[in-house]
Amino acid sequence: MVTELVASQLSPPSADMVKVSNLTKIYKGNIKAVDGVSFSISEGEVFGLLGPNGAGKTTTLHMLATILKPTGGEAKVNGFDVVKQPGKVRESIGIVFQDPSSDELLTGYENLKMHALMYGVPSSIRRQRIDEVLQLVDLTDRRNDLLKHYSGGMRRRLEIARGLLHRPKVLFLDEPTLGLDPQTREHIWEYIERLVKEERLSIIITTHYMDEADKLCDRIAIIDHGVVVVNDTPGELKRRLGGDIIKIRMKTPNLPMLESFPYVKEIEARGEEITLTVEEAGSHIQEILGVIGKVDSVDLRPPTLSDVFLKYTGRQYQEQGGGGN
Amino acid sequence: MTELGGLYAIWEREVRVYLRERSRVLSSIVSPILWLVVYGGGLGSQISVSGLSYQAYIYPGIIVMALIFSSVFYGASIVWDKKIDFLKEVLVAPVRRSTAFLGKVAGGATDGLIQASIILLLSPFFGVSVGLNLVLVYMYMIILLVGLVSIGLIIGSFMESSEGFSLIGGFIIFPLFFLSGALFPLTNLPDWLLTLTLANPLTYGVDALRGLMLGSYRFGLFVDFSILLTFAAVMVGLGSLAFEHMKV
Repeated sequence: MVTELVASQLSPPSADMVKVSNLTKIYKGNIKAVDGVSFSISEGEVFGLLGPNGAGKTTTLHMLATILKPTGGEAKVNGFDVVKQPGKVRESIGIVFQDPSSDELLTGYENLKMHALMYGVPSSIRRQRIDEVLQLVDLTDRRNDLLKHYSGGMRRRLEIARGLLHRPKVLFLDEPTLGLDPQTREHIWEYIERLVKEERLSIIITTHYMDEADKLCDRIAIIDHGVVVVNDTPGELKRRLGGDIIKIRMKTPNLPMLESFPYVKEIEARGEEITLTVEEAGSHIQEILGVIGKVDSVDLRPPTLSDVFLKYTGRQYQEQGGGGN
Repeated sequence: MTELGGLYAIWEREVRVYLRERSRVLSSIVSPILWLVVYGGGLGSQISVSGLSYQAYIYPGIIVMALIFSSVFYGASIVWDKKIDFLKEVLVAPVRRSTAFLGKVAGGATDGLIQASIILLLSPFFGVSVGLNLVLVYMYMIILLVGLVSIGLIIGSFMESSEGFSLIGGFIIFPLFFLSGALFPLTNLPDWLLTLTLANPLTYGVDALRGLMLGSYRFGLFVDFSILLTFAAVMVGLGSLAFEHMKV
C-alpha cells in the first residue's frame, strides 16, 4: 500500500491515453465477442487492432467509444472510465465509423458545423476550426457541396475531418479505407500520417488490410476470437517469424533433407507449393535449392505483416481443414 | 451549454433537410387539400354542420390530420438515421440522449408547422378566417405536434426497417384520425364511438382549433389545453425513455 502511494505521488501522470484491462463483451446466448482483452496506448501512438472479420475489433472499439456497455473488465480513455464517465470519454475522442455516418443532404460545411455545436466548440472559433480541418483533408473548395455529390473517398475524408474538429485526444478509425480504391487509400494514409505528425494525437485503427497496418501503425495487436493473440511493433512481429519467406513451386520436394538445416525455421507444404521460413535466406538459398530437387519456380522475399497475420490467425484453419501433415 | 447547442444542431439539421426535399414538402400538403376539395366539397354539397359549410367544418380537422400524418411518419427518419449510422455520430457526441430526442422533436414539430402554415394560407378558399386567434392556433398546434412527433419517434426507436415502420405507423394513424371528431360532430354518436373519441387526445386538438377558427367548441380551450399538455408531456417522457434504451 505504502509503496503504491509513494509511487503514484512521485511518478508523472500516466501517459497511457487508452488503458484496457480484461475487457469483455458477452452477447445474448453466451456469445463472447470480446473475451478479456487488455492493451494500452500511449500519447502520440498509432495503434492497430487487426483481426479477421468478426474477431471483436469493432465491438472493442464501440465499448471504448461508450456505444456499447462492457460485460466485464475496465477501460479508460484519457484517464476517464468508459462506464462511469461516458460524457468525459466522448469529449476526449473522435470517431470515424466503418460506414458513412454523415448526412448526405447537408453540405460538408453544415455537417461540420452540426458536429461543432454538439461538441460545444465555442462559436468564436468554430469557423476557424472548420476551415482548418477542411484544409487538412483538402476539401476546402468542396465545403458548400452536398455530401451526396461527394465520392466515397471524399466523404471518408470529411468524416476524418469531423472526427478531429473538437480536438480529441484519441482518434478512432474503424476500417478507414474499407471499400475504397487503391489510389484513395493511399491518399487517406497520407492524411493520417500528416495528422500524426501535426496533431500528435493517439490513434486506434482497426483494419484487416495488412499493408495499411504496416504503413501506419507503431504497434499492432492481433485479435482473434475475441482474444489478443499478440501485441508488438510491426518490425518486431516480422522479426519474430525468424526469417525470410521462400516460396517454391515443385512436384516432388525432398523435405526431410530441409528439416536438417538449422536455419530453416518452418516448412509448410500445400499441394505443389512449399513455403519456407528461412534465416538470412539470401545466403542459404543455394544450399536449399541444391538438395530440394527440381523446382518450377522460386520466390524469395522478406516477411510481411500478412505472414505474421497468417501465423497467428490462419494456422488453426489450415491444420483443421487442410489435412496436411 | 453543450446540451443547448446539441439541441439546436439537431433541430437545424432536420429543418434544413426537410426544406431541401421540396417534393416532400409539396406531397405532404397534397392529400390534405384533396380531402378538403374533393371530400369536403363533395359531401359539403349535400350537408352542412351546425350552420357551417361542411368544408369549413372539417378544415381544422384536416389540419390536425396533416399534423398526424407528417409527425408520425417523421418518426421513420429515426429508422433512416440508424441505417446510415448518422445516429451513432449523434449518440457518441457528449450530449444526453434526451437532448437528441428533444432536438428531433423540435425538428419534426417545425416540419409540421411549415406544412400547416401552407394549408393555413389557403384558409380563405375554404371559407375560414383565422384572424387574431392565429397566435393561439399556433400555440395549440405546437403542443399537439410535440405529442404526435414523440409518438412517431417512439415507434421509430423500436423499429429496424422503414417497412415495419409504415405498417405500425398506419395502425396508429388511422384510428387517431378517424376517432378525433375531425370529420363529424360528436353529438348523437353511439356510445362506443363517443367513448373512443373522448379517449383520443387528438379530439381536444381538433376541438381547440375548431373553436379558435370557427367559434364552435365542445370542451372549451382550458380543457383542451390541459389534456393536450398532459398528452405532450407524457409522450416526451416516454420518448426520452425510449431513446435512452434505444440500440444502435
